Amino acid sequence: MPYTPHTEDDIRQMLDFLGYDSVDKLFKDIPAKARFKKERLLQPGISELEVMTLMKELSAKNKTVDDYVCFMGGGAYDRFIPAAVDHILSRPEFYTAYTPYQPEVSQGTLQHIYEFQTMIARIYGMEVANASMYDGASALAEAAIMALHTTKRKKLLISSTVNPYWIRVVESYLYGFDTEIVMIDEKGGETDYEDLAGKLDDRTAAVLLQYPNALGIVEELQKVRDRITDAKTLFIVMADPVASVFIKKPGDCGADIVVGEGQQLGIPLSFGGPYLGLFTFREKFIRQAPGRIIGMTKDRNGKRGFVMTYQTREQHIRREKATSNICTNQGLMTVAAAVYLSLMGKAGLREVAEQSHKKAYYLYRQLTALPGIEASYPDKPFVNEFSVTVKGDAGALKAYLKKKHFLAGILLEHQYPGKKNELLIAVTEKRTRDEMDAFVRECASFLKEGGKK
Amino acid sequence: MERLIFEYSEPGRRAVGLPRCDEQMESDPRLNRYVDNRLTPLPEVSEQDVMRHYVSLSTLNYHVDKGMYPLGSCTMKYNPKVNETAARLEGFSHVHPYSADEDIQGLLALMFDLEKELKVITGMDKFTFQPSAGAQGELAGIKIFRKYFDLKGEKRTKIIVPDSAHGTNPATSAMAGFDVITIPSNRQGGVDLSALEEAMTEEVAGLMLTNPNTLGLFDKNILKIAAIVHEKGGLLYYDGANLNACMGLSRPGDMGFDIVHLNLHKTFSTPHGGGGPGSGPIGVKEHLKAFLPVPVVEKKGRRYYLDYSLEKSIGKLHGFFGNIGVVVKAYVYVKKLGTLGLREASRMACLNANYLQKKLRKKYHLEYDRLCKHEFVLSGAKFKKYGVRTLDIAKRMLDYGVHAPTVYFPLIVDEALMIEPTETESKQTLDRFVDIMTAIAEEARKNPDLLHEAPLTTPVSRLDEAAAVKEPDLVYKGDL
Repeated sequence: MPYTPHTEDDIRQMLDFLGYDSVDKLFKDIPAKARFKKERLLQPGISELEVMTLMKELSAKNKTVDDYVCFMGGGAYDRFIPAAVDHILSRPEFYTAYTPYQPEVSQGTLQHIYEFQTMIARIYGMEVANASMYDGASALAEAAIMALHTTKRKKLLISSTVNPYWIRVVESYLYGFDTEIVMIDEKGGETDYEDLAGKLDDRTAAVLLQYPNALGIVEELQKVRDRITDAKTLFIVMADPVASVFIKKPGDCGADIVVGEGQQLGIPLSFGGPYLGLFTFREKFIRQAPGRIIGMTKDRNGKRGFVMTYQTREQHIRREKATSNICTNQGLMTVAAAVYLSLMGKAGLREVAEQSHKKAYYLYRQLTALPGIEASYPDKPFVNEFSVTVKGDAGALKAYLKKKHFLAGILLEHQYPGKKNELLIAVTEKRTRDEMDAFVRECASFLKEGGKK
Repeated sequence: MERLIFEYSEPGRRAVGLPRCDEQMESDPRLNRYVDNRLTPLPEVSEQDVMRHYVSLSTLNYHVDKGMYPLGSCTMKYNPKVNETAARLEGFSHVHPYSADEDIQGLLALMFDLEKELKVITGMDKFTFQPSAGAQGELAGIKIFRKYFDLKGEKRTKIIVPDSAHGTNPATSAMAGFDVITIPSNRQGGVDLSALEEAMTEEVAGLMLTNPNTLGLFDKNILKIAAIVHEKGGLLYYDGANLNACMGLSRPGDMGFDIVHLNLHKTFSTPHGGGGPGSGPIGVKEHLKAFLPVPVVEKKGRRYYLDYSLEKSIGKLHGFFGNIGVVVKAYVYVKKLGTLGLREASRMACLNANYLQKKLRKKYHLEYDRLCKHEFVLSGAKFKKYGVRTLDIAKRMLDYGVHAPTVYFPLIVDEALMIEPTETESKQTLDRFVDIMTAIAEEARKNPDLLHEAPLTTPVSRLDEAAAVKEPDLVYKGDL
């Protein structure tokens, strides 16, 4: 199908100029054995009309969160996205631009990232943010590497209450390094602070925590901070950016590096990506930080402008001595996040967080009032995600609810083999009382039948 | 200059409201002591403020839909609009990553089919879409190097990278704990075989290479290179940044590579987004399948599923499955062009590059004067005597309404200008580009100060990068 603009006449003229009689001759320097000769394996394309038909068919074979009532979270949340976000993302000035290596013709992207950095740093109560990482999990991994470099130590303490999939990413990133990863126990749904205290020593590069944690519980960041007595050990928190405008900010609780998954900030679920890795830190660590950082400066006429700065940390300059190999990051997703944050604004984002909490607490109370369902961690506070323990087969309950068009949540057993029949339920501002009441009714109905449905 | 969004802010202004929350719903009293009663200082603006702000900012950007982007190694080809429309279908964009396999059969079928097409194009045996960009694909590949030798019980501590390689190659090697050996290029711009033979010992895990290389030259010795590396038990990694030169013409799998990464945001027409999101799937040969990050997509009967069972897997590099929204766009491109169309894209990309190379080689300087593939590297060194540097030439190009090429890279060419026109520029556009480059060469001789002052027509003139480091201003500090 037409993609290249060349007419036959163009091609002939260009070949004449080059002194060749066919385009094939341009490839005569490829040795015969390295040439691809299985012509029969190559297929022609189809028209745009046919492509869209195919794509609609494939799309229709997937179930969306709108086909259900979604209580599924675990790091990806079904939140409201104002229409203006996609209108701005659809501007080719943003989405077809390259990385801003030529700042004179990239001020739109550069200024926008400066604003993005500001908003993310403010959400976490931190001093500096970078221009993004691939996703929350890789941001956490890069934070761990940054701590190892900064402290020149080799031991990491990771709480068992960090999402196990994300821990797996950290482990994969660190594979090949001489690093000792020590897990901190979980106790009653939160980090076992005494176990942490026992495992901290003067070889510890960093302590890694999630806030609220993978079970939805709000960790006591201050207790962790207080236990880190060695001045060199860094405190890394992977924090929910929406919760962080409602509960105490990790930056205010003494975190040195705060990272997060930014999907909730105006980015569609898209089967897990593209999402957005948020990465913030104390300014004193800037030379060890990974990724691009944008700074404000002036042009030759004294006019305000923005540039990529501290580039001597990066791979295109430092090569094997770079702080990270990251090059392309999640540029356009930072536009989504900054537009979302501007639209929701100071009061709006707080309302998103508070409403989600109140709705989650409402559902929590209704569900745990049912005989057959109890709170997994009854004395622990959560923001908008909580775990309940089903007396009986939680998997069967989940399957039953799916037939009734509810995505009931995540069976924690998949990630925590010891957590049998625990269901992790997330509630966002999108859920209504009617939906939650219907969900509770269906749970009650299932349990009344003794889980035999 | 456009104001900062923070400078639009007025206390009490709102852009978006939420449905009213049921009065009976209250906060959990257990949470009280964790609540921060202060509001986070974010902007307070109207929707119209936001639109005007971002539309104003957008006008300050150069982009593919505005004009030519001859950025070497970046493959800034046109991004078809149907890609965008298709990726926004709700069956792709509104799917939760923890969905059950039965609810994502369309997505899995798409990934499976795209993998099939990529296998044809690359000659590899199995793919994962998990890496989010080329550099993360490299990371996946190099972790596989590491695990492969660990499981074999071989202690290999080094990786060889040519001096013409992308900066991500050595940076990635370091991220898997390897020491980097840099080997020089030969006089044809390819890998120096004797240097490779000398460096390739049993302490070396392998070689990272792109072919054609960053000079845009196809390395004729590629099969010998592969043999040297394999003879010593090493692995060969293909940096796919330059695949746009040889789709359907020469496959990394047939050249002897064991692992390849592709840049869907270069070769497969998905947009760069001002620096991402990209997608950097990697493909491996049969003997490395079990090392891929999990999960991979498999098919049993008519049912597709996510397979987590790879016993030697390096683990996970992404919280979920990668930048799938980008993968969807690349799929649309591949289906629309077909693999035959992909070959045609590479043929026209190389025709364009050779045409420009021959038109410009006398006006500038061409260090490696031979048939190129999809890109070529000029040198601006001959203008040094007028006090003009490559940077000045690049900045002057902005005044003429084209984006600058990749400059000062690869490092082996003095005052390098690396030009990749891509297949989507017409002969007429290329001719205008030649006129511009000719005019600039003329200006460099006659009016070097004009180039020193350039750019003169852009929203800002040259920026003080040193001041940005000396007095860092990385976030807005005003009150809101």
